[in-house]
Amino acid sequence: MTPTDSTLAPVINTAPPPVGQPVPRLVDQFERGLDAPICLTWELTYACNLACVHCLSSSGKRDPRELTTQQCKDIIDELERMQVFYVNIGGGEPTVRPDFWELVDYATAHHVGVKFSTNGVRITPEVAARLAASDYVDVQISLDGATAEVNDAVRGPGSFAMAIRALENLADAGFRDAKISVVVTRHNVDQLDEFAALAAHYGATLRITRLRPSGRGADVWDELHPTAEQQVQLYDWLVAKGDRVLTGDSFFHLSGLGAPGALAGLNLCGAGRVVCLIDPVGDVYACPFAIHDRFLAGNILSDGGFDNVWKNAPLFRELREPQSAGACNSCGHYDSCRGGCMAAKFFTGLPLDGPDPECVEGYGSPSLARERVKPKPSGDHSRSQPVMLKLLTTPPARLCNESPV
Amino acid sequence: MSSPAAAFDPGLSWRLHHQVAVRPEPFGALLYHFGTRKLSFLKNRTIVEVVNSLRDHPDARSACRAAGIEDAQQAPYLHALGVLAQSKMLVTGEA
Repeated sequence: MTPTDSTLAPVINTAPPPVGQPVPRLVDQFERGLDAPICLTWELTYACNLACVHCLSSSGKRDPRELTTQQCKDIIDELERMQVFYVNIGGGEPTVRPDFWELVDYATAHHVGVKFSTNGVRITPEVAARLAASDYVDVQISLDGATAEVNDAVRGPGSFAMAIRALENLADAGFRDAKISVVVTRHNVDQLDEFAALAAHYGATLRITRLRPSGRGADVWDELHPTAEQQVQLYDWLVAKGDRVLTGDSFFHLSGLGAPGALAGLNLCGAGRVVCLIDPVGDVYACPFAIHDRFLAGNILSDGGFDNVWKNAPLFRELREPQSAGACNSCGHYDSCRGGCMAAKFFTGLPLDGPDPECVEGYGSPSLARERVKPKPSGDHSRSQPVMLKLLTTPPARLCNESPV
Repeated sequence: MSSPAAAFDPGLSWRLHHQVAVRPEPFGALLYHFGTRKLSFLKNRTIVEVVNSLRDHPDARSACRAAGIEDAQQAPYLHALGVLAQSKMLVTGEA
């Protein structure tokens, strides 16, 4: 069987139902939601040393309301009680939080496994050695090009070298099976074999995920998302060579391109049903790609804790109800793609009960071509462009006369 | 560490790997292995009962019997246990 991963975890073996009576399909069970997420994404900070053009969380500057160390530990205690087996920690760049390693240690000591995503900035040889010594921590290095040229165009100058240095440090320290995490774009979809070779070289596993129009991704999605031909190319590559490749189940919108089951994974939108996102200030969103008021379920600090938000938030209850197929009702592929990704539709300004913008039948294209109103972002932590200061030739008459902006 | 189970022997004593956690669910249970980071689903409650009680029995067959599964009905359960053994969720003996 094929490994898939993490929004829906590495489902390697599914012990079959060992009885004669019919058992509801797992997918149907999951659609009604579980008492606790299978795993969740936790963005620890909005601070980031990079400014990737497609950042899902529009990160850059720290939010002054970010959770304290103690508040984070309280959440970990709650996750342990709920038996959330592991969290995907991201940001921002989570390792720039001064208490990052303290929180990782606290989580793993409390039976909450950690996989964290990083651009590699803090993965020094010393850190790599420390990570290699733990069974409970998994590391995912983000890389959006197999060459510096392609990567740095999206992630910024020097980011390719930084990621490669981190991978080298991990491999040298004996850390096994790091993940190389790639967002597939129009410019790197031809590099899939090169990414796989890079992963093999560092004893790592390749993980590829879908470009979402979320956060700053909304501004660049039109130019960066793979073309219809490239979607087919990507699908074919996954079917032919995807055996050892993780996808976070993110390409379920492509499953209509072939036989049911050809694409590994549950092929289900887990938002608010089996996954969710905790943001740096304790807001809980339906999924990592849906940081917007429309998908805000509640706040851990002000709404009685994570358990309460997960179980009782009206938004989550609504998402666990049967969803309308809407305009997709008559399509033969609906059972495999389920109308695609909610966040992708929302942030491109398409109706939620219609086709995905990257619908493999092309049903999303007419809506994309039409006049669309993209939702305004409800939060943005991007760093603004640096403000260039003018040099004064004469001193200002009063101290307040020279505006800094 | 026990050796990987090439073929599942229901006559041996089995138990959950110490790094495996079981989370009860309405449909059965979720199993998570912290070492391999693999997730598995147990799709009914009887198999959950068998898995949870393995360590109290000298072998897998008697664990099944104790959960009310007659010998003639055990094949699918033993198959499920074999799948779990292959992915190292279950280990033999006292290791």
